[in-house]
Amino acid sequence: MAPALEMRGITKRYPGVVANDQIDFEVKPGEIHALLGENGAGKTTLMNILYGLAVPDDGEILLDGVPVEIRGPSDAISRGISMVHQHFMLVPVLTVAENILLGEETMANPIFLDRDEARRRIRELGRRFGFELDPDARVGSLSVGWQQRVEILKALYREARILVLDEPTAVLTPQETEEIFAVLRRLADEGHSIVFISHKLYEVLEVADRITVIRRGRVVGSRRPAETDEDDLAELMVGREVHLTVDRGESHPADVVLAVKDLRVRDDRGREAVRGVSFDVRAGEILGVAGVVGNGQDELVEALTGLRRPADGRVSLAGRDVTGASPRALFGLGLALVPGDRHRFGLVLGFPVKDNLVLTSYHRMPFSRGGVRNDEAVERWAERCIQEFDIRTPSADVPESTLSGGNQQKTIVAREFSRELRALVLDQPTRGLDVGSIEFIHRQAIGKRDAGTAILLVSAELDEVLEMSDRIAVMYRGQFVAVVDGRTANREDIGLLMATGGREEMPAEAAASAG
Amino acid sequence: MTDKDAAVPGRVPGESVPQAAPPARLPREPLARAWALAAVPLISVALALLVGALIILASSILTTGHLDPGLPFVAYQALFEGAFGNINGVVNALVQAAPLILGGLAVGVGFKAGLFNIGAQGQFLMGAVGAAAVGAVVAEQPALVAIPVAVLAGAALGLIWGFIPGALKAWTGAHEVVTTIMLNFIAGSLIGYLITGPLGAQGFSFARTGPIGNAELPVLVGRNLHLGVPIALLAVPVIWWVLFRSTLGFEIRTVGANPSAARYAGMRPGFLIVLTLSLCGLLAGLAGAGQILGLSKFMNASYGTNVGFDSIAVALLGRAHPVGILLAALLFGAMRAGAGLMQIKAGVPVEIVDVIQAIILLFLAADVVIRRLLRIRAARATVEELQTVTRTYGEQAAR
Amino acid sequence: METILGSLYDIPLLGVLFQFLGYTVQVLPRISPIILGLAAPIALGSLCGIMNERSGIVNIGIEGMMLGAAFTGFLAAALVAQAIPAERSDIFGATPALLVGLVVAVATGMLLSALHAWLSISIRADQIISGTIINIAALGLTGYLNRLVITPNPRLGAGTFRSWNPPKELTDLPVVGWVLDMFLDQGPIAMSVIVLVVILQVLLFRSRWGLRTRAVGEHPKAADTVGINVLRLRYRNVIVGGAFAGLAGAYLTLEAISSFQNGMTAGRGFIALAAVIFGRWTPVGAFAGALLFTASDGFGRAVQLRAPSGDFAELGSILSAIPDQFYGALPYLVTIVVLAGVVGRSVPPAAVGQPYETEARA
Repeated sequence: MAPALEMRGITKRYPGVVANDQIDFEVKPGEIHALLGENGAGKTTLMNILYGLAVPDDGEILLDGVPVEIRGPSDAISRGISMVHQHFMLVPVLTVAENILLGEETMANPIFLDRDEARRRIRELGRRFGFELDPDARVGSLSVGWQQRVEILKALYREARILVLDEPTAVLTPQETEEIFAVLRRLADEGHSIVFISHKLYEVLEVADRITVIRRGRVVGSRRPAETDEDDLAELMVGREVHLTVDRGESHPADVVLAVKDLRVRDDRGREAVRGVSFDVRAGEILGVAGVVGNGQDELVEALTGLRRPADGRVSLAGRDVTGASPRALFGLGLALVPGDRHRFGLVLGFPVKDNLVLTSYHRMPFSRGGVRNDEAVERWAERCIQEFDIRTPSADVPESTLSGGNQQKTIVAREFSRELRALVLDQPTRGLDVGSIEFIHRQAIGKRDAGTAILLVSAELDEVLEMSDRIAVMYRGQFVAVVDGRTANREDIGLLMATGGREEMPAEAAASAG
Repeated sequence: MTDKDAAVPGRVPGESVPQAAPPARLPREPLARAWALAAVPLISVALALLVGALIILASSILTTGHLDPGLPFVAYQALFEGAFGNINGVVNALVQAAPLILGGLAVGVGFKAGLFNIGAQGQFLMGAVGAAAVGAVVAEQPALVAIPVAVLAGAALGLIWGFIPGALKAWTGAHEVVTTIMLNFIAGSLIGYLITGPLGAQGFSFARTGPIGNAELPVLVGRNLHLGVPIALLAVPVIWWVLFRSTLGFEIRTVGANPSAARYAGMRPGFLIVLTLSLCGLLAGLAGAGQILGLSKFMNASYGTNVGFDSIAVALLGRAHPVGILLAALLFGAMRAGAGLMQIKAGVPVEIVDVIQAIILLFLAADVVIRRLLRIRAARATVEELQTVTRTYGEQAAR
Repeated sequence: METILGSLYDIPLLGVLFQFLGYTVQVLPRISPIILGLAAPIALGSLCGIMNERSGIVNIGIEGMMLGAAFTGFLAAALVAQAIPAERSDIFGATPALLVGLVVAVATGMLLSALHAWLSISIRADQIISGTIINIAALGLTGYLNRLVITPNPRLGAGTFRSWNPPKELTDLPVVGWVLDMFLDQGPIAMSVIVLVVILQVLLFRSRWGLRTRAVGEHPKAADTVGINVLRLRYRNVIVGGAFAGLAGAYLTLEAISSFQNGMTAGRGFIALAAVIFGRWTPVGAFAGALLFTASDGFGRAVQLRAPSGDFAELGSILSAIPDQFYGALPYLVTIVVLAGVVGRSVPPAAVGQPYETEARA
């Protein structure tokens, strides 16, 4: 039997980089084929080519053994290919039904939509695959887990035969991941072909029938789960031996530096996103905050760093009440933030690297004297940071935007770590980075901890929290539902807490409103 | 229907937040760098003059009844002669350029902070009426007192007219693109009322402000090169220094490039917005004061001006950089100075200057096309901070 | 009844407020057609704004589009009227000249919008600058041509469309009479406004086009990945939106008055943008906003025409002490106040102002 999908010799070059280099890839009907690789290895480019979002420079695509040319998403969809993107392609202000209908509308007449028929079909499809969704719910009000189901329903509504999922578990709890895997298996059993893109080793081992590993745009190996293990896959993926865990050593917690009591914070819409959180972080320890995205972590971080005014509660830093203090005041007291959204908060992309390296300290001596900028001091400082933190840049004068993601993050880390810190808030510090940069930043953070800084680490990557934290707090619907010892914590327990907040029952309604 | 929901689309965490586009890498060698920056604006001006010639040619049918191929040459020759033909022309060009320099800075400084100050017009008018009114009051005082007081009065009223949209934006989120325009019209009505009413002087056949006496700016060179011209020229290095050498300028530019990062860095965007728009208002108000105290000497109820829109064109052509603004203002000033002679000699209405200005802007906006057609390696001609203006228009409530 | 009101009016200070309410109730039926007339170009402009912003394009060039259309419409109508004098028809007093003018105005709006679409969608120029250029270009070109063509021929003109006089039985109906009068005692363009508003409202929220438009304005990439041609839809919506701006321009020189003056749009295009925000990007809401902005204007005109007297004597003396210029500035003031008050609670389509980039496809 011909493969449902075959890609031969796919090559795609972007200025300065070969994203895909002669890649061969195939999926059989009813097969789950995992595409494994680091961030930036070329997985997404390959799938964008399949979906008509990018044009290959070379190579061909065959469906059921017949060469085809895919000119755009509508082409792909009409040939039965559907894609669940890493960043959901859903319109938050539209309803579930509207999102599913979009582009494939069920019409009552040539002008108007037939919304009743659409609702009926969506309910029916949902029942068939074991998840019932309210077609009239606003997508933005659903939790990420349910948004993912909407994405999958979107594909099924279009009667997709080949389903591509790009990092589908990045934002899910282990339990939600299991549920999605169950859905995928069911789809495969019904004869759908599934491409599962991931960089998480244990996941591909669990769900895939076959695993293809790509590195720097090339296929470097293909395995069956039975004949490989995590170490083997990791080495293939990174190209060298990888230490899957950082040796973080013993921590020596001292006095409480950051103390938070009954903190309540409202989000942009005035809803209480942080609902009475209390915790301490001691000098020389890392408190990790685990939780599904959207459970109040952003608001917590913003309230701690002066970017958002708390509605109630108390924050103190080194014994001083800093509730509602400005970012500038907190900077003066030795608090630093590595922001989660580095392009939005951490950097000014159009400014030269040197200006970004003084973004939070430009007003201080020696960079400013009486309101006048001291360019020489800025340049000396920049040179030092670039050397010490190994920021790869042709000079301190080029715009920050010309640096790679890893080097941009290093710019922020260099800026914030190069001074005496009492407390440090790390928000998603390694999101989207390559393994080398991740290791570097983790080592730096451990170094800061050992120098006596109190560190709060917020991350949606459960693995990162488990790896780095001396203690782990689980945040669920605006509250810390548990704080556990980092050494003894295990994935499943934390995952369960992330998904349910510790309560036994898990009604669909609760999940739906968690976002 | 338009409630914002949890996941903000198009703003994927950690990725692809639209910020000022990566600027093209410029050559380091000074001459090559200057060319890369100036190429597109210069070519845009040249092309616009070409298109302007075609328009003059086409409209010759309307004025003379037949197609007169010589008319564009006659017109442009008169234009050039009017601006540079003799010392009076040059003086006139400088005098015309002065309010455009200050107005251009009033718009350009706003751009740097990610603000679109369409309100230079109203700020100019308020500055003008302030200077005219106070000038009439201090007319009998010695010039050393009268001039500074009248000039400062104009600057202060302009500042207030810039402060209002700044405060509205910082405190309520109302976007300056709409509020500054509204304030332009309100300024017009207010001035009409003031001059026909409380500020009107007795003993004239029409409504106008009183004589300004000693508050009149001294003429330094030629027929009318008054003190306001060197003041305007001096504003260029001052503003350059503030923007690029002071800590405040760094804050203004950071807010313009990325307001969220500015907040994170401990700056106060709201305060900076109010401050910047007030400064813009002050500059435009200064322009208005100079026009009244140096040129017209009084203000009537129907005082009209083009300075507002011209200033936008100047700031865009000068890429919101003080030096660029200076050059653009000199160009437009020369065109305004020469337009009168052109109308007399060639019968081409002075409004052709407005048309040419608009066409220059059109070519600037379509700079991608120019660069592709001429295959030149040059920086984009756009003002990068404008992306912040446009984005805040879309995000005005999302803060 | 009369005496109760009379005694209310006599209360010191507060009485003036009651007089204000009483006077408003009294004059509203009479000025309601004027208010709708004043609101018509703003409402049409805001429909243009909605077509743009719902698809993710900022358009601050509505003002220029209106102005350009007002000029070309007027000029075309005048030239046709000069060339072929014709009888006025019974329907709205239409003449071939007026109809030609209408078509030319709408076409001008669409042409300028096509320029805006090209600059902001294909060239990916900054959308606010693109709009600004259209404003400046329209002001410059119409000023130039006005001086060249219209000023030397002061008798140029084609008259205006006439209002339909609704039957007395309708307008004399209690309560709803003046509302009917408001919508029916109008020329064709003003009368069409309410129809267009309703049609656009329904289409936007019930049709395939509306769903796709909303998606494209909120999250173009999501729309792209389900096979919707984002750029084409944006082009189409922006250009069709220009037709509304053209209609607004036509109203100014072919229905309201029969002349063209430089800058005669007087900020209406920008007030329309404020109406869009006020109406939270819905046609019906924006229409309400347009009425609100112009009600003050209409009120000012009512005061000038027939200042309150009799029972309202005190109010009358206060209102007549207020300078005329204040009434002239009222719509602008109200716009600022409303914008400052409402903006904190309204959220525009998420992708507004952001150019969308697709990779060139084979």
